[in-house]
Amino acid sequence: MVTDSSITAASPTTTHLMTINMGPQHPSTHGVLRLLLELDGEVIVKAEPHIGFLHRGVEKLAEYRTYHQCIPLTDRLDYVAPFSNNLAYAIAVEKLLGIEIPERAQHIRVILCELTRISSHLLWLATHALDIGAMSVFFYCFREREAISDIFEMVSGARMNLSYIRVGGVSRDLPGGFLEKTRTFVMEFPSRLNEYETLLTTNPIWKKRTVDVGIISAEDAVDYGLSGPSLRGSGVNWDIRKAEPYSGYDKYHFTVPLGKNGDVYDRYCVRIEEMRQSNSIVHQALNILPTGDFIAQMPGVALPPKEDVETKMEAMIHHFKLVLDGIRPPKGEVYASVEAPKGELGFYIVSDGSGRPYRLKIRPPSFVNLEALPKMVEGRLLPDVVATIGSLDIVLGEIDR
Amino acid sequence: MDNEAITAAIKNEFSEAILSTGVFRNELTCYLKKEDIAKVAAFLKENKELDFDYLSDLCGVDRIETDGYFEVVYHLYSITRNHRIRLKVLVPSNEPCVPTVTNIWKTANWHERETYDMFGIKFDGHPDLRKILTPEDFDGHPLRKGYPLDGRQPSTLKDVYRKD
Repeated sequence: MVTDSSITAASPTTTHLMTINMGPQHPSTHGVLRLLLELDGEVIVKAEPHIGFLHRGVEKLAEYRTYHQCIPLTDRLDYVAPFSNNLAYAIAVEKLLGIEIPERAQHIRVILCELTRISSHLLWLATHALDIGAMSVFFYCFREREAISDIFEMVSGARMNLSYIRVGGVSRDLPGGFLEKTRTFVMEFPSRLNEYETLLTTNPIWKKRTVDVGIISAEDAVDYGLSGPSLRGSGVNWDIRKAEPYSGYDKYHFTVPLGKNGDVYDRYCVRIEEMRQSNSIVHQALNILPTGDFIAQMPGVALPPKEDVETKMEAMIHHFKLVLDGIRPPKGEVYASVEAPKGELGFYIVSDGSGRPYRLKIRPPSFVNLEALPKMVEGRLLPDVVATIGSLDIVLGEIDR
Repeated sequence: MDNEAITAAIKNEFSEAILSTGVFRNELTCYLKKEDIAKVAAFLKENKELDFDYLSDLCGVDRIETDGYFEVVYHLYSITRNHRIRLKVLVPSNEPCVPTVTNIWKTANWHERETYDMFGIKFDGHPDLRKILTPEDFDGHPLRKGYPLDGRQPSTLKDVYRKD
């Protein structure tokens, strides 16, 4: 090879920064995210997310709906994990009302929310791997996700926007055959997860694309408000299920996986291990699932059983009042948050004592996690942006609301 | 730390900045004078006993119709100490300005942009106060109570398809 030093010496290179537009229609921005990237060659100088393309005004709509009618709105936030959204909202309203819900309902919620976590992480793994070029993982993940969707369909009648959780419990009891089907899934899933790991975890191509990419330190992660696996990938041990247990999470044995470097690979490892832990929680919950009510028997909060409505005057009045007026919590305000698959999903509800929320603020984990993206990718190469977006596991439905 | 201890610690440091405190459903709420928010927030973060290192959420509430002001609400959490507090400042509707807390928690940047977009509350000292969710040509602040649910924007599809 001939090297001609005279060329570089004679012509001083001028640098032109190039601005490119990534999204909102781009396969690896996971929805309608638009990134404005300023590039020096292939190096990112500045990254600026533009969001809002999916803004539907959920918070505004909620102010015009009864507490019951808000549940379907929450499904459409993080639409790959609807149970977690339902749960966070229900817990906030229950806190506002100051009520306890039956043991059985709590267990059902935990089972379904952990299955949701697995389902959400599977979708993340499928698309994240696809973005980086590992296509077969996508098909395997969707095979398992299909099994979970079938379970959800059994329970709620829907596969995506489930609206199954109610204030005070869940909308109906678990159907026959649910336990067997879920047990089968739980027994099979760990071996499937091991299969995915053989495809990726020690794969040199995978590691080249993920190790030391999109690094964020623990201090920065906290400062930027990261939560969920994206925060724990940097080694910060904060999981709301452990720190502020809700729905009886203190009864279950599970560990909180942590990363060290805060890179894409660590976030990958954290989520993979989280799926194992979730699977174990589902297993434990199935074994101790108590009998009893699936929704609190509280007139003014939950609808009375249908047979009572048809035969008892009092139940009919309660039904009538609840449908027309809705739940009327006392004047006050609460903030309740749960550990959703993406991080801290919080609902801040201000009640003025009427049947509709005076203000409902959603604290979506993806919104806050995305804010840290420029910090992670600036100074890195363009392909790293794709890997980093994938590792943040964002859903634009809850970012834009 | 429990709610009483947190209240005492803040009152001890800022007796005049605190307007009132209250506890509802075991959640501590602290009303502050708006010009002191940055000072109190910095103290809450720096104090090793309180250590509110994490800003969970920041949002606005429109209370113009009933009380004549906006509220800006800060939800703080301490990852190390595992306790929470809610701070509130009252913002008059004729001059909706609050000092920013972006220099204390970086995450406040987008939250403040959203609050600006939704309520028109300005955050003094914010490095990049722009709309975030609504389009650039969108007029108005949709989460204000006075903003109609149907919107005020000309509905393009309606204009195109339903000319009657």
